[in-house]
Amino acid sequence: MYFIDRRLNPKGKSVINRQRFLRRAREEIRQGVKEAVNSGKVADISADGRISIPSKGLHEPRFVYDHAKGVSERIFPGNKKFVKGDQIARPPSGSGSGPGDDGQEASEDGEGDDDFRFTLTREEFLDIFFEDLALPDLVKKELKELLEFENRRAGIVKTGSPANMDLRRTMRHSLTRRIGLKRPRLKAIDDLENELEVLRSRSFLGDEDQRRISEIEAELETFRRRRRIIPYIDPTDVRFRNYTKFPIPNTRAVMFCLMDVSGSMSEDKKDLAKRFFMLLHLFLIRRYKKVDIVFIRHTSQASEVDEETFFYSTETGGTVVSTALEEMRKIVADRYPTSTWNIYAAQASDGDTFGQDQEVCVAMLRESIMPACQYFAYIEVMEEHEEDLFKDESNATKLWRAYSVVQEEYDNFAMHRAARPPDIFPIFRDLFTTQKEG
Amino acid sequence: MPAAKQQKSRIENFLYTGKDWDFDTLKRSLDAIEEIAVEEMGLDVYPNQIEVITAEQMLDAYSTVGLPLMYKHWSFGKSFVRNESMYRKGDTGLAYEIVINANPCISYIMEENSITMQVMVMAHAAFGHNHFFKNNHLFQQWTDASAILDYMQYARDYIAQCEERHGLDAVEAILDAAHAIRENGVDRYTRIPTKSEAELKSRDARRLDHERDNYNDLWRTLPPLDDSETPEKEEQQRKAALATRLGLPESNLLYMLEKQSPVLDGWQREILRIVRTTAQYFYPQKQTKVMNEGCACFCHYEIMNRLYDKGLIGDGAMLEFIDYHSRVIAQPSFDSRGYGGLNPYALGFAMMQDIKRICEEPTDEDREWFPDISGCNKTMHVLKDAWRNYRDESFILQFLSPHLIRKFRLFQVHDDSNEETLLVNAIHNAQGYRSIRRALSKSYTVTAMELDIQVVGAAMDDDRTLTLKHMMHDQIPAKSSEARRVLEQVRVLWGFDVVLLTEDAATGEILDGLKCTNEGVAKINTEEESEAAELCLV
Repeated sequence: MYFIDRRLNPKGKSVINRQRFLRRAREEIRQGVKEAVNSGKVADISADGRISIPSKGLHEPRFVYDHAKGVSERIFPGNKKFVKGDQIARPPSGSGSGPGDDGQEASEDGEGDDDFRFTLTREEFLDIFFEDLALPDLVKKELKELLEFENRRAGIVKTGSPANMDLRRTMRHSLTRRIGLKRPRLKAIDDLENELEVLRSRSFLGDEDQRRISEIEAELETFRRRRRIIPYIDPTDVRFRNYTKFPIPNTRAVMFCLMDVSGSMSEDKKDLAKRFFMLLHLFLIRRYKKVDIVFIRHTSQASEVDEETFFYSTETGGTVVSTALEEMRKIVADRYPTSTWNIYAAQASDGDTFGQDQEVCVAMLRESIMPACQYFAYIEVMEEHEEDLFKDESNATKLWRAYSVVQEEYDNFAMHRAARPPDIFPIFRDLFTTQKEG
Repeated sequence: MPAAKQQKSRIENFLYTGKDWDFDTLKRSLDAIEEIAVEEMGLDVYPNQIEVITAEQMLDAYSTVGLPLMYKHWSFGKSFVRNESMYRKGDTGLAYEIVINANPCISYIMEENSITMQVMVMAHAAFGHNHFFKNNHLFQQWTDASAILDYMQYARDYIAQCEERHGLDAVEAILDAAHAIRENGVDRYTRIPTKSEAELKSRDARRLDHERDNYNDLWRTLPPLDDSETPEKEEQQRKAALATRLGLPESNLLYMLEKQSPVLDGWQREILRIVRTTAQYFYPQKQTKVMNEGCACFCHYEIMNRLYDKGLIGDGAMLEFIDYHSRVIAQPSFDSRGYGGLNPYALGFAMMQDIKRICEEPTDEDREWFPDISGCNKTMHVLKDAWRNYRDESFILQFLSPHLIRKFRLFQVHDDSNEETLLVNAIHNAQGYRSIRRALSKSYTVTAMELDIQVVGAAMDDDRTLTLKHMMHDQIPAKSSEARRVLEQVRVLWGFDVVLLTEDAATGEILDGLKCTNEGVAKINTEEESEAAELCLV
């Protein structure tokens, strides 16, 4: 009889079963995730992955009785007023068969039609959320990514700087060489010298002793010579740890959020834009170790602000889009050298801009922004009722028309329109689907 | 002053005070419990192994049907996810304990439990359930407590190897299919042991000897009884021979598929074997739920009371225990919101207590109903005999007393789906006792829990259609939507078409038929007598 404390045993014994379950329920879960995104707030997505999926496909069929049919005798406790021969109206169907003697079993089987609610971990949620999405894989990025290196161990070499000497290995080589070449040990010499001394100190030396003395002397001679010519550590013993420079993918990214906050941008439009920015952010943090976000808002002039101000403070004024692009260019030049940073930009606007500003924007995109960016996404947000109005290209906003030109020139420039929250995720998927480049 | 002194010395006797536990207290308590259980009550138990686990680990254990080792399958993940979300939401609490029928008997207790709860749980699981596992004839006959953990380890490793070799999907397909007929994958009767080649030979030799010894030429002169070789007769013989060769009829579907399926590979057969071995292990538990819990509740109730009487636990601890205990054995009445069928804990505990009452303080009624045991004063002897030799069905039929029927105010409802209304055909009065007892007992039979399905045919010399037959009792059919999906799974294992016939056990009439082909499941015409008969070998 004994006790075992299992509390410290490794946790997560069910993790594999859980993964199997998710794998099995993939389709249903994906649908659930989509719905969660469309109905919930974007800000909540990453924090709380509670989803509900229909249990179809997860059903485990078994041979069971159809208790709604046939003749059965049921026993219930707690009789209050019934006497033999009483007729009782049937309880409403559905629950009719239930609570029988096998009430427990019935409830287990009854799960069939219910939705299956459970919570995904953040990781699982995002995995499914961004499944088969990838960052656009562009030539320019490849070149850039090789610019960072890391020192990695790459075996052992015979030459190198003393700082990299591998002492253990060196000593091992030295020892094998010394043994192989029979370099006498210091102790052996000491022993012989002691013996010699003892012999010499004797008052009387016999023939035997004389012979021994000369033997020892000869031996000592060879020993000393060997020790002289066989060094303790030879240059051939020395080994150095080798390091090579290993190119590592550039894992830093900065994301520029550009948004028009002028009067024409209503709260609804801002909400759409926000959803898109959040998705992009989530997506990037999964890809890069470090993601900086720069929020640039603009009216007739642009400024870098913090997140709170970006989304929630209102400002009125005209609309000059190019100021935001200029601000971005400046920040890139100051803080984010393209050699070490992957730069993503997302611009949200209602397509309005002042005067002929769109020409300036296009020029700036061509000259400075697009060469620096991995990807530039432009989202044009609009009110729901405007959606139909702008369907037709000829009715498109000034910015849209101008950007269409840029889109044709650059693969890594994408643009989309969005009118309703449910549009955002499909658009996002559309922009980053893996097959896109093909 | 003397009262305070007495109080103080009383407290010094306690096994524990307060609500926190540590291993020393647990050990001390377990020793005290053991003394009562083994010395005083004479329980016969496997050595105990008590394992302390966290709530999270309890959830893990839940999802793999209580076994500490289990192969991997998504359905366990599903039940884990379900249990977890229910627990997190607070819909359900966790069990205080899980106990495994193994030798040594492993009881899991949760770290969150207070010391009183731990003591109760140890008395309940480590002695009550443990005694039942070791002594009940069903467990003795169908499970091997000392081997189960080793076997599950083997099963887990084997299936993991299969996954590596044949891929997750292939293994999952077999497991899914096997799980669908898991309940129909148990042996209900011991199989006749197969004779070895040598034994068969010696039997034939003995027969030949016997014939030779008793040879009488006179028999040769008799005309043969009937030597007309009609085609029907030949057909009958052919069928009979095939049935014998396939071992039909067979109620263990998984066994039949494992041995006879034309399409399975060796590893797939081994997986079926693993699934049915696991199912077999749980087979006795299903049939003894009421007794098992009743036995465990009786033991913990008895032990806690004796601990209290001996002055080993205080009043506070006793009150705490009574609170838990009364929650465990609560039986809501049929019309209350919390009603979920008869609570096996409540019924089991009440029956055990009732047997004790009959043995020790019988009434005239008890003397009439239970002449063998009433007033015998050998409570433990009677209980242990019951725990050893009965299962729920027979236990209720034997021991449910009128007293208890009155106490639970049981009544019987006749539910005929063809009738508009339900009929109350027995209540707790002299006319009703036997009827209620019979009906309640029947609801705990294996047939009431699981469908009676047998393999009756396999057209091995034709298109290899496998025929299953559901013997329908009380006109309760199988749920069609489920049956269709199960048939699809059986088809995966058999590789050829599968037919399910429904036969009314009372009339012998084939009522219904489903056929699963590679195009899906369809109803078949069972009107024509010959067609259905064609499919059955036996």
